[in-house]
Amino acid sequence: MGNFFSALADIFTNESLYRNAMIVAVVLMFAASGELVAEKAGTINISLEAMMLGGAYAAAVGQARGGVWGGLLLAALAGLLVAAVQANMSHRLSADQFVVGLVLNVLVLGIVGFLVGSNEPESHVVDRLKVPVLSEIPLIGPALFDQPWVLYLVYPVVPAIWFLLYRTRWGLEVRAIGEDPNASDVSGLSVNKLRRQTIYLTGVLAGIAGGYFLYARSGRFEDSLIGGRGYIAIAAVIFGGWTLKGSVAGCVAFGLVGSFVLTIPSLGYKAIDPAFLAMAPNVVTVVAMTMFAKRVRQPAALARPFIRGLK
Amino acid sequence: MSETPEPVENVTPEPGQRSKLASVSEVLTLYAICLFVALALAALLVEFASDKGSWSSVYTVILDGAVRKPGRWGLTLGIAAPILLVGLGTIVSGRAGLVNIGQEGQLVIGAGCATYVGVRIGGPGPLALALTLLCAVIGGALWAGIAGALRFWRNVPEVLTTLLMGTVAANLVGWGLRNRFLLLAPPEGRANRNQVSLPLRTDRRIPRVELFGNEFPLSIVLALVLAFVVWLVLGRTVVGFRLRMLGRNARTAQRSGVDQKRYGIGAMLVSGGFAGLAGGVMLAGGDFGDYQLVANFGAGIGFAGLLAALVARQRALLLIFIAFLFAGLRTGSGFLRATGVSARIADVVQGTLVLAMLLPPAILYLRARRRAIAATSSRT
Repeated sequence: MGNFFSALADIFTNESLYRNAMIVAVVLMFAASGELVAEKAGTINISLEAMMLGGAYAAAVGQARGGVWGGLLLAALAGLLVAAVQANMSHRLSADQFVVGLVLNVLVLGIVGFLVGSNEPESHVVDRLKVPVLSEIPLIGPALFDQPWVLYLVYPVVPAIWFLLYRTRWGLEVRAIGEDPNASDVSGLSVNKLRRQTIYLTGVLAGIAGGYFLYARSGRFEDSLIGGRGYIAIAAVIFGGWTLKGSVAGCVAFGLVGSFVLTIPSLGYKAIDPAFLAMAPNVVTVVAMTMFAKRVRQPAALARPFIRGLK
Repeated sequence: MSETPEPVENVTPEPGQRSKLASVSEVLTLYAICLFVALALAALLVEFASDKGSWSSVYTVILDGAVRKPGRWGLTLGIAAPILLVGLGTIVSGRAGLVNIGQEGQLVIGAGCATYVGVRIGGPGPLALALTLLCAVIGGALWAGIAGALRFWRNVPEVLTTLLMGTVAANLVGWGLRNRFLLLAPPEGRANRNQVSLPLRTDRRIPRVELFGNEFPLSIVLALVLAFVVWLVLGRTVVGFRLRMLGRNARTAQRSGVDQKRYGIGAMLVSGGFAGLAGGVMLAGGDFGDYQLVANFGAGIGFAGLLAALVARQRALLLIFIAFLFAGLRTGSGFLRATGVSARIADVVQGTLVLAMLLPPAILYLRARRRAIAATSSRT
């Protein structure tokens, strides 16, 4: 038993646990903050995964030409491209949003796999940037302030999303159409147009998420880079009860679980079969959703298409 | 502008307003355009993104690999069977308004259960085979049932749970394949491959028939029969009607006495059961992994079946055709390696095709509504 606790202490005082957790948490945060806006407006955006993957590939291509900033710009555009298909098919033509999203995930995976198989882009990890003083905080200091510099981009993004959603007219309208699209429509809001805009925003953020992850994690693009993290980001929004605070907490929690999985074997604890470690984030996500999905109230019109005259 | 417009609810497009011929040709043109654009996009990708191969050679090779070369259409049939089965299950859950997208996991669990039972039980061959397939059905059904139960008990979106549980299933079966007491074959039986199960004994495999030099398992017959059963049940029985009602308008269904929980979870169980059966059929049919469970056994069949069902738009008979098409794309892309074009192009073609097939019904629906609204407002 003492052995077990010393092992736990070993794992929890390991700096790389928190560092890895933060790297994964941030990719989820970029994506989840966009997804939160889309879900507030009433869309469950399954194609988040495709947006992130497209963004990561675009970032890999863009880095060779225009450096990291060029790569991130291209990543945002790639995410926007996927978003344009999703938004117009589900909120202009009113095709089923899940079906469109799922097909986009498969399609983008195919396209990216095909392109990488034809000629692989050259890309590399960006340097770490150490913030003086703040990075000296024990345990979490290095995780928050001694990271690849692209990670710091998330620090302004999250408050900006909060401001947009809760302090602007646009944010109010977005929340209104997610609650009662019919009433919003009658009072003069263009429901589907607003929903498309939220998906564009999600696309840009998810594209950046993919680009960030490429630069911060591996530097080399593989089509398994995102590997289902888009779905985890959606789960984080549900876990967080459709609030920004909760979503960010969900991202950190899922990041920690994912990092746990990496840290345990690297410290020499081999008692657990890797299969269980690999499935752990998903199991935790399902359990978390089971516990939280009913307690909080979701946007009333979530996942319901809006067609004028149809309830 | 003073007159009050009629409420647009309950307006359905009136048939007979336009001539039948015009509307049929409209539908056909729309589908043709969308198909053409999809294929053209895939062709552009081949032409410009890779320096090897041209689109015409890619399409010829895919056609060769799918049907034209000797023995290939038999293989295509063997692969179409599980795709069709998965798709049928998807149709059942889709009719009830549920989005099950974890077929890949349910299929792998089904295959795992089938292997566990199939290599252990004794008894006469046909009976053992039937029991093996039954276990595959039960395994897949229960796996999907978890997501169904969570949906109706705790309001957890089944889209996410089915998907997340897919990865869990793959890892679970992978773990089983590393442990002797579950699925792993004894060391003397597996030479130098380390993650395989024992093969099914010869008397408990699905019989294969040979026709014009093409060999295929009888599972395709089973799948076709089940397609007719699904079509009959969904379109011609009370149960099918209630499922449809649940999918179209849950509130109306509830008010007219359809138990949402019972029918919803039931649809999920059936859906998973079909995916599990697909896994069992893959194991006992012989076109995948030589009658034994291997690592990554699912091979994307679950996803292919799901996409096929989406293209078929919940029509079981149309699904038969789509399943053959997708199976052909799979077997055809196997020949692509020789041309130097990445076989992933088959995924791209599949994806663009599905996306293109989503467009026409959506456009037609919107047009019909617009016409109906115009008709009502001009009448006032």
